[in-house]
Amino acid sequence: MTATTESAVDALLVVDGLQKYFPVRRGVLQRQVGAVQAVDGLNFSVIKGQTMSIVGESGCGKTTTGRLLTRLIEPTGGRIVLEGRDISHLSAAKMRPLRRDVQMIFQDPYSSLNPRHTVGTIVGAPFKLQHVETEHGTKRAVQDLLARVGLNPEHYNRYPHEFSGGQRQRIGIARALALRPRLIVADEPVSALDVSIQAQVINLLEDLQDEFGLTYVVIAHNLSVVRHMSDRVAVMYLGKIVELADSADIYARPMHPYTVALMSAVPVADPDRRLTRNRIRLQGDVPSPLNPPPACRFHTRCWKAQEICSTVEPPLVDLAPRHQVACHFPENVGTPPPQE
Amino acid sequence: MSAFLEVRDLRVYFPTDDGVVKSVDGLSFSVERGKTLGIVGESGSGKSVTSLSIMGLHKPGSVELSGEVWLDGEDLLVAGADRVRRLRGQKMAMIFQDPLSSMHPFYSIGHQIIEAYRIHNDVSKQQARRHAIEMLGRVGIPQPGARVDDYPHQFSGGMRQRAMIAMALSCSPELLIADEPTTALDVTVQAQILDLIRDLQTESNTAVVIITHDLGVVAELADDILVMYAGRAMEYATASKIFRGPEHPYTWGLLGSMPRLDRVRSERLVPIPGLPPSLINVPPGCPFHPRCAYQDRNGDACRTIRPQLRDVGGGHHIACHLSDNDRSTIWETDIRPNL
Repeated sequence: MTATTESAVDALLVVDGLQKYFPVRRGVLQRQVGAVQAVDGLNFSVIKGQTMSIVGESGCGKTTTGRLLTRLIEPTGGRIVLEGRDISHLSAAKMRPLRRDVQMIFQDPYSSLNPRHTVGTIVGAPFKLQHVETEHGTKRAVQDLLARVGLNPEHYNRYPHEFSGGQRQRIGIARALALRPRLIVADEPVSALDVSIQAQVINLLEDLQDEFGLTYVVIAHNLSVVRHMSDRVAVMYLGKIVELADSADIYARPMHPYTVALMSAVPVADPDRRLTRNRIRLQGDVPSPLNPPPACRFHTRCWKAQEICSTVEPPLVDLAPRHQVACHFPENVGTPPPQE
Repeated sequence: MSAFLEVRDLRVYFPTDDGVVKSVDGLSFSVERGKTLGIVGESGSGKSVTSLSIMGLHKPGSVELSGEVWLDGEDLLVAGADRVRRLRGQKMAMIFQDPLSSMHPFYSIGHQIIEAYRIHNDVSKQQARRHAIEMLGRVGIPQPGARVDDYPHQFSGGMRQRAMIAMALSCSPELLIADEPTTALDVTVQAQILDLIRDLQTESNTAVVIITHDLGVVAELADDILVMYAGRAMEYATASKIFRGPEHPYTWGLLGSMPRLDRVRSERLVPIPGLPPSLINVPPGCPFHPRCAYQDRNGDACRTIRPQLRDVGGGHHIACHLSDNDRSTIWETDIRPNL
């Protein structure tokens, strides 16, 4: 219990029972016939200066979670508390001053920058929108930012198409950084980039975190990238967190069968190990979130599923210190925690 | 006797208003039946252009092709469009990255497989349809008899990729080229598709060329690996040589920039500085030299003389001016400890 109270003090962001249902409307009268349960009851907190990652397959609700945290969309239920302030249902006007504190980095560096605006305009927009005066004028501030993310400040008047993918992602990072936010939500920040460029951007994000004391929520499907960047990892499946633990812990002893399967599916860059690896292959695809399986949502693809899994929903409980799992038949429970 | 697929000194140039884009510039490799070659490289390294040239899918007139592409003793570059069209589908087939945009949205999955099958085989519609259902079943589509009349949009991403594999394999090709076959898919589905390609290959002794940017994927599948950069081969060796003892600075860079799932969170990744070059204006000498930490080891050689692919022992080929001594010292002291 002490761990929870401690983390509540240091937490920059606390999420409590967060839900988002998208109504499905059909027919002439556009009557609601159902709801996509994109996010269904998330609880977690993110500690100041740390990185929490959300992983899962497509359609598991990762991106919706990111858009909820940045309040680009309004939650159906639950609370989002940023530095002690409940922002779950703030109006757009009330949210505006808080937008300085929460910024977002998008996946696709091609569609997230306006092709008709110069880099100067794009990176300077936050100052203008928030009416922030800087000491030496906006242009100087923008040039400092460009230099900080490793771009040439003289490229101030260039357009996005003149830059490569990695450079565009740096422009997006400079824009997110402009107002010195406290929290950055990065939705697949490196998945569109080549390996060599990906490493440059990951290092940049880590340097900026140290320099400005940033807190990150990283949404990603690449488990290797997540392992490298995160302090804490939440694994989502069909709108729910199935496992939540410290990064070193979850990679050393994944307990939820879904986490085990995800990790076993990642190709390992070691051809000599391909014959010796113990592989678990999930069958089929993620079921539709419109009509998720009852009780444990993973039971339709789980090799350990028994009758109870389709009748009683497993709660997310502590199976080890700071290691929560929602499963009736978890793996690796007896395994000792990893040594520091 | 040459290999089943043998590419010799392939060059693919695209003349544009801004200059000639040298997408592939002197590439040679070979693949035997039943073996898998992985071609690895970043975007713009010429991987996909290479595969399109083998398949004869470049628009005539838009491209200058030279070199030789021998498939089972026949040079495809001199064979003529009609002959290549006959071979395409029957003898060689290709799987693309994005199954949604490589299938026709107006026709059912079954229709598209039947069409391809009937072009190469003199069979009735009923027979072709039975064959299509059988193929869909083989690639793991549940209830293939019912799904054969579905349209591409009714399939999930993983199922579309399976359907495309079914289509590619419907005429039992002897060469299968897979261009980023799993890039658009989730890891769990990716694992299923890689297993499927491996199983089908073992079953029919197909030669497979898999093109990807993901070193993990080639490590899973490939027997041999070709690392490309700026349209040229940088390193070419067996998979275990490439991963156990890579010899080229670019391969070192790729391995160093890659976060690993099987290792503890290390201090920092070691990225390759800078950007890949423009293919209109490839740097003189070694195309990688502007990003290479060891470009000064051999005087001006790296900046002026183009390194040729050479055997540095036991069929391990690299295009690099570094001496054997330099490479083994650098690998032992600078590279290996940081991987």
